[in-house]
Amino acid sequence: MTGRTTRPDRGGDPPSRPAVPTMPDQAGPPDRETGGLPPVPAPVADPPAADPAGSPAGSAAPSAGPDGEQATARPDRAQYGVCAFLALVGGFVIIDALRVGHAVSTADPIGPKPVPILLGVLLLIVAAIYAVDVARGGAGEPEAGEDVDLATPIDWRTVLLLIGAFVVNAVLIDRLGWVISGTILFWGSAYALGNRHYFRNLLIAVALSLVTFYTFAIGLGVNLPAGVLQGIL
Amino acid sequence: MENLGNLLDGFANVVTPMNLLIALLGVTIGTAVGVLPGIGPAMTVALLLPVTYGMEPTQAFIMFAGIFYGGMYGGSTTSILLNTPGESSSVVTAIEGNKMAKAGRAAQALATAAIGSFVAGTIATLALVLVMPPVVAFAISLGAPDYFAVMLLSFVAVTAVLGSSRVRGFASLLIGLIIGLVGIDSVSGQQRLTFGLPQLADGIDVVVVAVGIFAVGEALWIAAHLRRKSGEVIPVGQPWMGREDWKRSWKPWLRGTVFGFPFGALPAGGAEIPTFLSYATEKKLSKHKEEFGRGAIEGVAGPEAANNASAAGTLVPMLAIGLPTNATAAVMLAAFQQYGIQPGPLLFTRESGLVWTLIASLFIGNLLLLVLNLPLAPAWARLLRIPRPYLYAGIIFFATMGAYAVNAQPFDLFLLLTLGLLGFGMRRFGLPILPLIVGVILGPRAELQGRRALQLSGGELHGLIGGWVSWLIYATVVVVLLWPLIGRFVVRPLRGRLVTG
Repeated sequence: MTGRTTRPDRGGDPPSRPAVPTMPDQAGPPDRETGGLPPVPAPVADPPAADPAGSPAGSAAPSAGPDGEQATARPDRAQYGVCAFLALVGGFVIIDALRVGHAVSTADPIGPKPVPILLGVLLLIVAAIYAVDVARGGAGEPEAGEDVDLATPIDWRTVLLLIGAFVVNAVLIDRLGWVISGTILFWGSAYALGNRHYFRNLLIAVALSLVTFYTFAIGLGVNLPAGVLQGIL
Repeated sequence: MENLGNLLDGFANVVTPMNLLIALLGVTIGTAVGVLPGIGPAMTVALLLPVTYGMEPTQAFIMFAGIFYGGMYGGSTTSILLNTPGESSSVVTAIEGNKMAKAGRAAQALATAAIGSFVAGTIATLALVLVMPPVVAFAISLGAPDYFAVMLLSFVAVTAVLGSSRVRGFASLLIGLIIGLVGIDSVSGQQRLTFGLPQLADGIDVVVVAVGIFAVGEALWIAAHLRRKSGEVIPVGQPWMGREDWKRSWKPWLRGTVFGFPFGALPAGGAEIPTFLSYATEKKLSKHKEEFGRGAIEGVAGPEAANNASAAGTLVPMLAIGLPTNATAAVMLAAFQQYGIQPGPLLFTRESGLVWTLIASLFIGNLLLLVLNLPLAPAWARLLRIPRPYLYAGIIFFATMGAYAVNAQPFDLFLLLTLGLLGFGMRRFGLPILPLIVGVILGPRAELQGRRALQLSGGELHGLIGGWVSWLIYATVVVVLLWPLIGRFVVRPLRGRLVTG
């Protein structure tokens, strides 16, 4: 049961590993289920370092040891939704391609159909492999970043409010013009993100919209609508 | 030496007062936006695209060059002073750089990063000038089948080599390729995936895709997980370096450049590998090994140089073949297309003046950055304290403006939101972004070249095989694709035998 890793080597750094005995974090599910880890070389020196790879060898006291680590990384079932989405898109692309008429001509022997069909089929295959990967415990790593705190769950309220501000802008931009709709967008987004200085935000939003309108639309000739303020600005 | 003359002409184009002002403006706003937390170089370029809409191509390109290097430099400032790198290429800079800053040596860390970026950027841009003519000559010799193979390699490389999960990479690539399909097929005139919407007939604009995925997707994702207590910004004074710092920095700068440039120029190079290589090398060669992990200046100087040199390296395949190898190059390519300019070998004959002006402004932008950044570092550091609601509201605001300005239709805003939600989902599930963008940009061109190749052979598949170049590339593609199997059935048993024997 020793040197076997279930996770396929990603081809990153082949040479340096082979002599290393099974590390706790590399042992695949089958090993883990048998429970009894072999006498791991235990380079455990300082307990406060809290080695994330797994429980220190030999410490039988926290019986949830390796399993506990497993439990925190519970399977991310929402990933099956991604597979379903991919399969759906793949199927749709194929259907759409079949609908496309094909006029055979010597100038274009393969026509517009085969490429979408090929891509659709590939996407179906990828969706299937993805599902297998998820079933085997594979998980994508959510993107980290400077202001991202992955310890918190997704804050849907903020996201939905942002989307709301965005949609309002998209609906109103041609009618009311960029200055007004942009003000609503910035103010709404700042509100969604938790800023409660309503009046100050309004000033900033108006200033930003006016400045961008004058620099871009009037100064640089970028397409931004004046809307109801046509003739006033 | 013809290109030296061209380069001098390029310099002559840049050194007018107006153009110098534009270069300065590009560098300044590039750095300012790049410094803002959460905004990497690719998003910087994507967000600042509209700034150049009203300009002539020459001036727009001068500005891009400034934004490009400015955004890169801004990113490293953030990672040194805030310790949470925005993108993978500045991870290594953050390791030692932030330790130095915490130990009160932020000024030296910023200085070695700024000067190292200048040294590496200048040498690498020089290398770019030297390498470009042979690469262009080679690219001109390629036929449609070879081009098709090159793009296939590019797809496989960004998908399978970079990133940790192949299946997620391919999912992202395929979505990108499918987005690229939308619109009227340029050969047959048939509509594909347009849902009968006239707004989709011209296809989805690459700028909208880039802004949606990079800016809106990122802003939504960060908003969903916003850290309510933002990281501690380390105050910084005027950057400077003592004698000892110079002595310990100059060799890492040069070595970092040597690592960075070739990796940047490869189809799957990127900046991660050379920065890590540079870090490992400096750690090995340093006389102050004990300082590594506690703020060694070599560990900032080398990786920062590697990062910048690789950025210059990515311009080789981008300009000469039209292949984007990282996200920033992909967005730059989108910006070029906005001007109806198609990067590739023909660019050098058709728009020779423009290209050499761009290259000359890379040199000038680099110099301006050095002059600008050393004194302005405290001001940049202050930008890091911007309240996060304003920052991300601002990103959404400018993203919306930029996307609307492309075609002046509200429809694009709904498209932008959809793409933003797609980017959000991809970040949630760990799907890499780069394959999607490369797929959107190169997909239509790959299809065109592939169909052109098949047209010559009357539809027979052997038309996809051209000269030795395509054979070589297909072989590489097969090796890359089958690498997990090769690893399992060939490399590992061999290694096992070696170990037991």
